[in-house]
Amino acid sequence: MPEPAPLWPLALGACSAVTAMGAGLAPLRAALHERRTGLRPCTLEGMPEDIWIGRVPGLEAVAIPAALAGFACRNNRLAELALGTDGFATAVQAARERHGAERIAVVLGTSTAGIEETEQAWRRREPAGGALPTDFDYARTQDLQALPRYVRARLGLRGPAIAVSTACTSGARAMMEAAALIAAGVVDAAVAGGVDTLCRMTLHGFAALELLSRGGPTRPCAVDRDGISIGEGAGLVLLQRPAEAPPGAPLLLGAGASSDGHHMSSPHPEGLGAVTAMRAALDAAGLAPDAIDYVNLHGTGTRANDAMEDRAVHHLFQDRVPCSSTKAWTGHTLGASGAIETLISALCLEDGLVPGCLGAASTDPDFRSAVARDNRDLPGMRRVLSNSFGFGGSNCALLIGGPA
Amino acid sequence: MSLLQCRVDGIGLLGPGLPGWEASLACLAGRASWARGEISAPPPGLLPPTERRRTGLPVRLALAVAAEATAAEPDRAGLETVFASGNGDGAIVGGILEALHDPAGIAISPTAFHNSVHNAPSGYWHIAVGSTAPSVSLGGHDGSFAAGLLVAATAVATRRRPVLFCAYDVPMAPPLDRVRPTGCAFAAALLLRPMGAAGNLLALRYVAAPAEATPAADALDLLAAENPAARALPLLRALAIRREAALQLPLDESAHLALELAPC
Repeated sequence: MPEPAPLWPLALGACSAVTAMGAGLAPLRAALHERRTGLRPCTLEGMPEDIWIGRVPGLEAVAIPAALAGFACRNNRLAELALGTDGFATAVQAARERHGAERIAVVLGTSTAGIEETEQAWRRREPAGGALPTDFDYARTQDLQALPRYVRARLGLRGPAIAVSTACTSGARAMMEAAALIAAGVVDAAVAGGVDTLCRMTLHGFAALELLSRGGPTRPCAVDRDGISIGEGAGLVLLQRPAEAPPGAPLLLGAGASSDGHHMSSPHPEGLGAVTAMRAALDAAGLAPDAIDYVNLHGTGTRANDAMEDRAVHHLFQDRVPCSSTKAWTGHTLGASGAIETLISALCLEDGLVPGCLGAASTDPDFRSAVARDNRDLPGMRRVLSNSFGFGGSNCALLIGGPA
Repeated sequence: MSLLQCRVDGIGLLGPGLPGWEASLACLAGRASWARGEISAPPPGLLPPTERRRTGLPVRLALAVAAEATAAEPDRAGLETVFASGNGDGAIVGGILEALHDPAGIAISPTAFHNSVHNAPSGYWHIAVGSTAPSVSLGGHDGSFAAGLLVAATAVATRRRPVLFCAYDVPMAPPLDRVRPTGCAFAAALLLRPMGAAGNLLALRYVAAPAEATPAADALDLLAAENPAARALPLLRALAIRREAALQLPLDESAHLALELAPC
């Protein structure tokens, strides 16, 4: 058996983001610079009281092509919006012509796929017997596979379609698996990332765990932080070998994953799993902690996550590397967050920007890592580490670099 | 595409009338007849009692087959894992959907919510064996076993480390069972090792074309169609017979994995 090709680096040959700021990287970039949040008070019906959410404007109006009508649900609308944004579908088309449709995989993360569609169908159940309405298409909406199937069909691709669902690391973990498929020679390129939608199950579930911020937007790393604001969003990348990507494309330099093996919904208090994942990403890229210029934190805004992550980041970087969470802009987009924050990391690299934690009037004085509260210019920024952690003790860290 | 190669070492199995890999060998090899029976999935003894109580059928099935596949492995904690399931935990998801529409008010159990994540069995397994190794959890609808096998074999090939692959599925709760029928509960696990290790040689290739349709020849073939994880049966039967085999495992209506098995 031949030696496998080296995994890293890979290029982000195309990038697309849809967030509460709107469709595209441009509104996200502008909001980061101007310190403008996409979070708003929740006006959706039947949601927990007094919370803020990151809702994608205009999502309900996005059309699914008639030939794929069975896929119509909020999550696939979000994917559709991302495909049409930032020239993403056009870039995939070019890659398809170069490599062949069967040589491009679709590897996408989601925590709940189209379950919002099931929630609507549930309200329309037959009064007698409770059967779901006959027009409800389980396989193409609620099923996790619905997301990569839709994206593959929409892009005319024929490579493997893989649905990754590791809670809030899904989007990051999808990129790692896509990279392995390229390294193993299964495919030459991959559409990877994550898409997750606002739904009642998620919002009420986090409410039941008493992890939602109330009365205002989330305040990651703040001394008075009180929880998460949930958002929806999509982050897509076209992973390619650097020589085959457009010049100047940002690079995925390495990735690392770990399990906590500790508890289903509480992080390991010392951040052991987080440290292991970050170290694995550094090792994959052959880099020492000193090579990192900025850490984009998972930073959900809960008491436990942010304290654990501070300890983990301090363990590896002490107070030498600025770090911050950008979830007060986007909300916690769950299975999309790792992908969206990869794109935010790439924007920060391009602009030499450290986006200070939004909404944290005072950062937690117990934190020992170099948490940035205000935006700061950091010209010459070369490498960013992006963290994602999730329920079930899933951890993933991605290392993003500027073009070679 | 290039061929992915690995060795199949340990195997775990639980299905109706299939109470473990070793216990099912005669039946899978055709030396004994198969009869559908109840599945027994005891609370996982590997877990601490507080965690054990919180586990439902998918977690119990997944942990039972993972434990059987790794029974001879001295370093379970060092194993990377890949979990695959089409349905996830339909009982929990159904229960949450029911609670969300309760006219008396919404009360979701926090335990149900954290158990609703698709990677819950992975989380419990890594707690059970005290493992911080990487793990990924996949969907895949009816092709989840094939998707998981592709991802696990890719991980073995690229990282040159053994990988525990576990596929499991259980029927959904009403009313979801009518829009997503699943005939029985089933789970299978394979401990895959890199080339160089001993064990059955498995080579696989992704093919962007539908699998050839093969009519069911017996009751086990029919069982294979009842549950996404039971689609492991053709491979498990070839492993039990210890004969060279070429198989096609459908990923979906447009693609499959071409498998070649060489026992040793």
